[in-house]
This record gives sequence, C-alpha cells and structure tokens, in this order.
Amino acid sequence: MSTFAHEHGYEVVVGLEVHAQLATGGKLFAPEPYRFGADPNSLVSIVTSAQPGVLPLLDRAAVELALRVALALDCHIPETSRFDRKHYFYCDLPKGYQITQLFHPYCTGGRVPLADGRAIELERIHIEEDAGKAVHDRGPRTLVDLNRAGVPLIELVTRPDLRSSDDAVQFLESYREILVYTGASDADMEKGNLRCDVNVSVRRPGEPLRTKVELKNLNSLRNVQASIEFEAVRQVEAYEAGTPELVVQETRLFDVERGETRTMRSKEDAHDYRYMPDPDLPPVRVAADELERLRDGLPTLPHVRRANYVERLGLSAYDAGVLTAERAVSDLFDGVVERAGDGAAKQAANWISNQVLGAFADESNALASVADLPFGAAELAELVELVDSGTLHSRGARDVLDKLLTEGGSPTEWVERLNLGAVRDRGALEAWCRTALESNARAVDAVKGGNEKAAGALVGAVMKASGGRADPAEARALLLELIAAS
Amino acid sequence: MSGAHDQLAGDAHDVARRIADGTQSAESTVGAALERARTDPFGCFEALDEEAALERARELDRARSGGASCGPLFGVPIAIKSNICVDGELTTCGSRLLAGHRSIYDATAVERLVAAGAVVVGTTRMDEFGMGSSGENCASGATTNPRTPAGGAARSPGGSSSGSAAAVAAGIVPLALGSDTGGSVRQPAAFCGVFGHKPTWGRVSRHGLVAFASSLDTIGTLARSARDLELALAVMAGPDGRDSTAFERTDLDRELAAPDARDANRPLAGLRLGVFDDSALTDVDPHVLERFTRTLERARELGAELVTVDLPHHRHGVAVYYVLAPAEASSNLARYDGVRYGRRVEAGTSLEDMMTATRTEGFGHEVTRRILLGTHVLSSGFYEAWFDRAARVRRAVADDFAAAFESVDLIATPTAPTTPFTLGEDVDPLVRYRGDALTIPASLAGLPAVSVPVDVEPGRTVGLQLIGPATADLSVLRAAAALRPDSVEATRGAAPGGSVQ
Repeated sequence: MSTFAHEHGYEVVVGLEVHAQLATGGKLFAPEPYRFGADPNSLVSIVTSAQPGVLPLLDRAAVELALRVALALDCHIPETSRFDRKHYFYCDLPKGYQITQLFHPYCTGGRVPLADGRAIELERIHIEEDAGKAVHDRGPRTLVDLNRAGVPLIELVTRPDLRSSDDAVQFLESYREILVYTGASDADMEKGNLRCDVNVSVRRPGEPLRTKVELKNLNSLRNVQASIEFEAVRQVEAYEAGTPELVVQETRLFDVERGETRTMRSKEDAHDYRYMPDPDLPPVRVAADELERLRDGLPTLPHVRRANYVERLGLSAYDAGVLTAERAVSDLFDGVVERAGDGAAKQAANWISNQVLGAFADESNALASVADLPFGAAELAELVELVDSGTLHSRGARDVLDKLLTEGGSPTEWVERLNLGAVRDRGALEAWCRTALESNARAVDAVKGGNEKAAGALVGAVMKASGGRADPAEARALLLELIAAS
Repeated sequence: MSGAHDQLAGDAHDVARRIADGTQSAESTVGAALERARTDPFGCFEALDEEAALERARELDRARSGGASCGPLFGVPIAIKSNICVDGELTTCGSRLLAGHRSIYDATAVERLVAAGAVVVGTTRMDEFGMGSSGENCASGATTNPRTPAGGAARSPGGSSSGSAAAVAAGIVPLALGSDTGGSVRQPAAFCGVFGHKPTWGRVSRHGLVAFASSLDTIGTLARSARDLELALAVMAGPDGRDSTAFERTDLDRELAAPDARDANRPLAGLRLGVFDDSALTDVDPHVLERFTRTLERARELGAELVTVDLPHHRHGVAVYYVLAPAEASSNLARYDGVRYGRRVEAGTSLEDMMTATRTEGFGHEVTRRILLGTHVLSSGFYEAWFDRAARVRRAVADDFAAAFESVDLIATPTAPTTPFTLGEDVDPLVRYRGDALTIPASLAGLPAVSVPVDVEPGRTVGLQLIGPATADLSVLRAAAALRPDSVEATRGAAPGGSVQ
C-alpha cells in the first residue's frame, strides 16, 4: 500500500469525485423512462434531444433519492438549492450545457464511514444530469446515443482526506453500500452507474498540499487502486529526481492495458465552463417535514448493522460482513432475530449464510435473491423455534429448509409431512441402535478397544435408519450403554 | 361570398363573431387571409401553410354546422412568429442555421389558441433569434413597415417581432404572436401602429418558444384592439406541465369574471398613473414626446391622476440588459451545433471543425456579436465583474419598480424614443441598443406592459407604453382599452418606396 511513497518519506493525498446514477428509472428533467441496454436513441424525448423551445422540468423523485443519501451521510441540507448550467461543446451533450449545481448545491458536508472505523469528510454532493454516449468503435463515424442523456446523477466530492489507494477502495465500497441500502442507486460500476474520478498528490507529512493530478477512466475498484499506486510512484520519482516540473496540474487518463496514467489534457486546455444560474428552473425547496418523512424512511446503515451483529448478537465480523453484503439479506436476518429473539441469531446466521446464500449462488435453481424466496423471516423464525423446543433436530431442520427453498410452505407442516419430528420413544431408539450395532461389527470392536470416536459411525447409522428423527446425543448414550452391556 | 376585405374587417372579436353567427365561414375567412398573405408586399411571412390552414378551417365549419360550440377565436386566422413552435411548420427563428427547420411539436400558447378556434396561417419573419429591433437581421429578408408614407423610403417595422406586427398592421391577420425579451413585441407594435402586450414573465408558458434570454423571454400578442390582447391572454395564460416557471391563473380568472365597475365616461377614475420627470425623457424625439404628452392629457380627462415617479436605476437598464441577455443567449444558442437538427456545414475532419463551421456560417452578425459578448461576461475571471454585477443591478431596477408601485398603479412612458427609422441605415449597434431603453426595464423586472398606438400616421407612428406591477396584466390591458377603446384600422399600405437591404 503505497509503500514506495512511504519508503521515500512521502504521504499520498487523495480526493474523490464520485458520480452515482439515481435509480428513478427516468430522466432528471424530461418525461421519458430510462433503461440500461435499451436500443440506441429509443429513450429520447424532445426535451432530451434539446429541440428548440423545450424546457426542463425537475423530477422530484430524483431529489428525494438524493436527499436520502444526504441524510444517510449526515450532510447539511439547506432549505433551497439551485441549478446551474455548465457549458461545453460535444456531440453527446445536446443542449451545449449540462444542468448541474455549482453555486448552491442541495447539500454540503457530511461523511462516509470506512470499515476500519474512520470517517471521510465530504465537501458536498450535488444533483446533475448525465450526458449521452459517443460511440467511436463502430465504423468510421462517431455515433451518438442519447438514451443516457438527462439521467439523474449525484456527484459526491470528498475533502482530500484519503491517504492511500486502499482508503479510496474502502471509501468506494462503503459509499456504494450506502447508495444501495438507501435505494438511491444500483451503484454498479460495470454498468457505469457508479463512476469515479480521483485527485492525487504526494507530499512530506505536515507540508501544505502539492500539485494535484486528476485521473479519469476508472471503471473498476481495481483501476482506482492501480491508478493511484502508479500515479503516487510517478510523482514521488519526479520529486526525488529533481524534476518537479513533471508533476503539473492536469487530467490524466488511466490506460488499463499498460497499467499507467498519461496526459489527457493540461491545465491550459482545461475547459472554461462558463457556469450560469439556470433561468428555466425555479429554486428547489426542501421543507422540514419532507426531510423528517425521508429520515423516518431511512434504513439502518450497513456499518451500524455490522457493529450490532458483532457486539450485541455475538456474530463473527466475517459473518456480519456476509449478512450485510446485501440489504435484503440483512433485512431477512433482522426479521428472524426480531421474531425469534437474539438467541436465534447464530442459528439464523448459519442457515442464511450457508443454505440460503448457497441457493442463490447455485445456478441450477431459479433463486438469485431474497425477492425470489418462497418464504420469509416468519418461516425461518418458526424453524428456529421448532429446533429450540426440541421438536426438530438440526439435521431435520436442514431438510425442512431445503424444502422451504424449493417449495415454500410452513415449517411445521413440513416436519409432519416428512415425518421428521424427533422420536423420544425409547423402544424405537433401541431398535435402531441394535440394528446399527449388528451391521457395524468393526466399529463396535473399535469402541470396545477404547476408541470412543468410532461411536460416531454408529450414531450416523442410527440417524440414517431413523431418517434424522433420533436425537443423536440420546442415540450415542444408548449405543455405548448397549456395547458396554454386551 | 363577400369580398376579402370584409371578411377580415375589424378585430379578432369581430371576425370570430361573424363566423360564429354564420355571416361568413371560417374557410372564406382563412382563404381571405391567405390571399392577402400571398400578395403581401411587406414580407411579413417566413412561410405559409395554406393547405393545413384551409383544412383546419373546413374542419371548424363542419364542426359548427354539426352544432359544436364555437371557441372565442373560432375561425380567426393568426400568424405566429417563427421562433414559436407550430408542429410541422417552419420554425427558422430568422436564422440561416435553422433554414428549413420544422418543429415537431406545438408550443403551449399555440396549442391553446388553436383549441380556442384560431387557425394558424403561417410563421412570420423576425430578427434572428429575437436579436434586433429593425427586422433587418433576418436570413430570409427584412420586413417593411406597412405604415410607410406613400412614396417615402421604406420604414422599419421594428423588431424583433417584425413580421407579426406588420401582418397585423397590414390587415392580413387580426392577431399574431410575437415574443418580447427587451421590447420585441412592444417596439414593433409602436412602429407598426398596433397594440402589443408583453405579459408578466411566467404568465404564459414558454414551452415551445425558442429561447433567446430565458429569464426575460415572454410570448406576447399583437392585435388591432386592446380587447383582443385580453382575449388572447385569457386563452393562453396559466400553468403548464412543461414549463415550471409558468404560474397559476386564479387571480386572472377572478378578475376576468368580475363585472366591469368602471364609469364609462371616466374609465380611469382613481387610477394613479406614474410618469417620469421630463429630464428622464430627453432622448425622446419631439414628435413622440408630443403625442405621448397629449395622450397623458387624455388619460387625465378619463380620470387618471398623474404622479411623478423616480426610478433611480432605470437608466442602467440598457447596460444591464446587454450583459445578461447575451450571457443567456450564448448559453441558449449552444445547442445549434449541427449535430441533431438545422443546418450542418461539413468542414475539416473533427467534430469541433464541423461545429465551428456550422455556427460561423449559420449565425448572422448580430447573433455572433451577442454570443461573443455573452461568452465573455460568463468567462472565468469576468463572471463576478460582469454577469454577477449586472444581476445585482437588475434586482435594483426591479426594486425601484416595486417601490414606485407603492404609490402608483401603472407607469406610462413612450414605447420607443423615435418614430420608425428608414430601413438600410448603417448605424452603430449601440444606437440601436439605446432605442430599447424604455422597454428593457419592464423586461428586467418581469413586469406586464402594453404598447398602445397613439399615432398611426404612416411614418409618424407612436406607441405609449403602460407598465404594471407583476401579474397585473389585466389592469394594464384595461387601461390601454380606456385610452384607445376602438380598433386601429389596418392599412393596405403604399408600395414600399425605398430599397430594402
């Protein structure tokens, strides 16, 4: 982790600008829907193609999603914000300007928690519209697809408070999770609905900031990490070699193939965006009661859930991480614990992380997410209670869960239908034990010879013969008793 | 069938009434308007859509004979400035860059006029993208003023709603839409001797009005009577799901429904009419000042009380306007890049080459000048000194008006400081800019204003401007109706004598 810089007595200073697509399913200022992967230019209204005479109309749903993020990150939310125009000419920008928020963003400040307990302070988040796409690799001409033009984004800007490429990755993982938990964004880097630009500089600890370089074209966490590593080394080498002029304020592109950054445009070529308040859009007002309503609707954030799972419920950090990787999974787990009590946590965590998530990973079934499950938290809680009350053994519970996963239904009914209820009748148990002893002479001899572990095979035979209905502990005790008596 | 002149006599009210009561058909009315438009010697129109207009008129006639009720503008032929979208019609904005460009949707204002029975006969010429006050900055040629003296050099109809004002003055249509950003409805109304209304900003939806300077742009109406302006407003005003700056019309509906309680002989009784100190009108031509003063006397006879008002920032209006309007224009006109519509000039090898060539060849001089101005005042390092400061002075101008309207109900000024100038004069653009000095301040403050024709003598036309507080459109229009209750006569005009550039 930036060892080269550290070895030479430098620290790496990183700031991030992260764009996330808001999951409204539509555009920020235009009436048409938006879907990833639709036919090119099939989702383009007169507003999006910037026909002469059209005006933007703000989709309030986008503002709500943006506000959810701001509330989750504890940002300052002023009563009014405004939209501004940012000008540049490009074929994928139909109006010749992007509508964004420069002068009065909808929120400022706030922080994103990192997994190691630190929090990264934010400058601001603002709402803006996306541009279309210019496609250069389909023949001699550049093709323009305006489907994505006008899709709502939020751009988050951190303070230069990150100190390594690992910090940057941690930050993005945490922010991504919060975007998904709040329902604000799908935050899928592969689909381009979470995008990141990075500002990197290096300095001796305690120095003021040195010249920063902006890195673009980072469409994966790996690229974010690799580009920061490369850039930090490049800058340290430049300073150490006495050629500080090699570090200039510029935008550099990360070349994924070669794993290095190279100049995209220098400061002199930087655009003058000629920002101007947008006269077509009235100020955005956020009423206190609206904020309260949104705050009440916010889910518990993943890092808070993890802390809770470890500290209150006694789960391992690993299990807590597995359970919170997806909000729906965590919600399912919480639902079980809420019904069956904290004592059910470990049992529920086991079932969910093994059998349920295993079923999602198994491509031979139709289950891919919590939404596909034919049962809910109530059924899992019922299953926990069946085991706790001694009605069902853990082996039987596993069978019932398999049935729930494939067919749904009630756990209690499955216990009956599969005849899985624990058998307490001593006569039946003894019959199973005697059969096991008769057909496992070698194991019996081993036990007699002092190897008690060999009883395991005998217990297994009893369980098999009983269809899982015998109590293994009772079976073991009776087996040993019978061997001793023989 | 009676003759064409009769078909179009009077104002829109008269025409609609005659069609509604069966005196004439919508088809013959629209046919008469098209006949005049075809033989129009003044160059009012950018394009006519004869077939669509006649078909629509026949449809209306069929509906009427089927017993359908007639809207307030039933069968009235109207003209639309070519920067207001009419589905399928040429919306060129007077620019080479949009030569041949047809809209693919209707402006809200047009939609509402058509729903009220109006029939669009064509789109009219204008100064390119609304920039100009002479009608000369038009790619398809200048319009001439129908009220040009016989045998005299062709006078300017004013601008930028040149063709719309001229078409109404020439009796081709009784009603036309224009747009007003700094005076572009009022000044041509004054020059052409017709009425022109610039509504409160936000009163009429701008959806479908091609933007020049959005915070100033309004759709306005040109007509031969004040009551027609009121009718058009009643039809067009109100909120629109496609323009978030268009506001509610409950106040308007309440006022429209209220009975007229004014004394017919003294309709302005109780009206406090604000006027400037004489020193504020020193740049005004003596003939204009004389007609203006005489009309103020008439206002007094009708019951108005004249009160001198002082608007200390009024004189900065032109300077502020020529910072803010070009800034917004440079932004609004960025979309004309040759990529999606309009003219494309293929040049060079890069996207930038194509865009540069398209814009360089497509825009006229005045538009280019204002885009450069606007680009400059928004540039990094200049924004605070220019745009931001101008925006602050703009607020001061608006505050002055608000303070003045504490003590007066309306303010009167001449609409333009001069009578119509001769077309083809080579003048410093700054001189032309100063010609907007009296109309710009109401635009900066977003206030409703009307130009009332107080002299329609060819070559000597004069308009009087009434400005009201925000949303007081009806007060302004009713005072205009009091000052000039009748319709002004259309002129068939003398053939233009001078050369037109």
